Amino acid sequence: MVDRALAGTRVRNRRLDLGLRQADVARQINISGSYLNLIEHNRRRIGGALLEQLARVLEIDAGLLADGTADVVLGPLNAAAAAFPEARVEGARAEELVDRFPGWAALIAAQARRIAQLEERTQALGDRLAHDTQIASSLHEVISTATAIRSTASILVETPDLDQSWRGRFHSNIDTDATRLAESSQALLGFLDMEVETGLEGGATPVEAAEAVMAGWGYYVPQAEAQGVPDVSALDGPTRGLVEGWVRRAGEDAARLPLAAFEQAARAVAYDPGRLATRFQVPLEVVLRRLAHLPPDAGHPAMGMAECDAAGVVTFQKPVLDFRLPRAGAACPLWPLYQALTQPGRAVRRVVQMPGVARTPFECFAIAGPVGEVAFGGEQRVAATMLVRPARMETIETLGNDAPDAVGPGCRLCVVQECASRRHPSIV
Amino acid sequence: MGRRVLLIEDEPNIIEAISYLLSRDGWTVHTHSDGETAMDKVRQGVPELIILDVMLPGRSGYDILRDLRADPQTADVPVMMLTARGQARDRELATSLGATQFMTKPFSNAEVLDSVRALAAL
Repeated sequence: MVDRALAGTRVRNRRLDLGLRQADVARQINISGSYLNLIEHNRRRIGGALLEQLARVLEIDAGLLADGTADVVLGPLNAAAAAFPEARVEGARAEELVDRFPGWAALIAAQARRIAQLEERTQALGDRLAHDTQIASSLHEVISTATAIRSTASILVETPDLDQSWRGRFHSNIDTDATRLAESSQALLGFLDMEVETGLEGGATPVEAAEAVMAGWGYYVPQAEAQGVPDVSALDGPTRGLVEGWVRRAGEDAARLPLAAFEQAARAVAYDPGRLATRFQVPLEVVLRRLAHLPPDAGHPAMGMAECDAAGVVTFQKPVLDFRLPRAGAACPLWPLYQALTQPGRAVRRVVQMPGVARTPFECFAIAGPVGEVAFGGEQRVAATMLVRPARMETIETLGNDAPDAVGPGCRLCVVQECASRRHPSIV
Repeated sequence: MGRRVLLIEDEPNIIEAISYLLSRDGWTVHTHSDGETAMDKVRQGVPELIILDVMLPGRSGYDILRDLRADPQTADVPVMMLTARGQARDRELATSLGATQFMTKPFSNAEVLDSVRALAAL
């Protein structure tokens, strides 16, 4: 417990730190110099308005000058010291630290409290992962189904003389379980993704909030056709800025690729981005973006999109079917988006498939390049853009005996163990 | 008639696969899918061995195991617990309640067969 008497010492130390004369301080708070002297020597107690005035003049939080408040700082300071005994701090001098450097002491205390909060949060998330009934039930479903498939498949393989009726029955069971497994694993992944993306503060980031706005519009903004921007004044600042930026860019793309002409040409070339870029003489990324932002009810095929910056951080994405890159934690580097990033200017087209049964093969078109004006000097921003669409049958057929390239949802949720790009173990 | 094993499990295709597997190995397999009435089923005819899933509708496998061990009729019947969980604490809980063996899903058929044969020899 802090001795009340020390409040005076704190006042004196703070005044001396600021290089103020006792008489000047006393005059500013309308008390005599001798009275302030008594306070500073802990012979008079302070509180109320006088404490507030003194704190204002000394440019310090009144709480830090007050008697009990120092305990609010000292407690976490002592806790911080106890948590890191190897630091061997001068524990007996904690009070002196508070007195002499209240700002630094408050910072240490705040950080100690923050660490404690984060530890609690981490523990809560860990507990939830271990005990949440939804996760447990979902995981149980996945593992039980996998068990049934494994056991049944083994019987089929290891029993060549299996009776025909049993064989048919087991085939049927595997088919049923495979469908169930696909559904339950997707549900589980979706749930885990949601958990991850919730973040520590429990709220969506501005990018997620802005994407939700775009999703609400079906990723199509009619006003952008005439380079207009809808009224988004109700959104918070960062979210509004992102939405307006995306819509303005969509407007610029629309100006280069007028809707009617672009739709007609797109249908004519089966939505081939390369041919469209040649036809309209625009950079490929403009076509990729335009294709991903066509009117949703005009009969165009479903197309998703992702963009990332030079660090690989996803800056925008439009999900399609089960395509969705994780925003928290690194995504799988095998996605063409990232491969394009390593070779700016080179167009990448690949057919990919995520692990698991009933996964849709996707045809991906990606390119990376500079953003904004290219000039000597300064740092050039680079970004990659990828259009993603369910691969058409004729596209898959062109692969012949080759399987689509394997990509994952990110190491954390990926079941492919033998992967040269794996960074850390999977939790599923 | 072979030796009797009772499989208490709610996943129909696991039931079918294990039943087939054990039948081929000479066991007479009885099955039950509901946790709530599992003890009634056991008392209808105490089997030589029980394979018991942990997560069952109505009642958990742990609760059933506790009852099995408390009942003099079934206290000594070998029980192999099946669970989708493989954490140490689950294994410890099963062991502390009297499980004879603990098997984590997804298991292989060979593991099941080996374990059942080993437990039958006890």
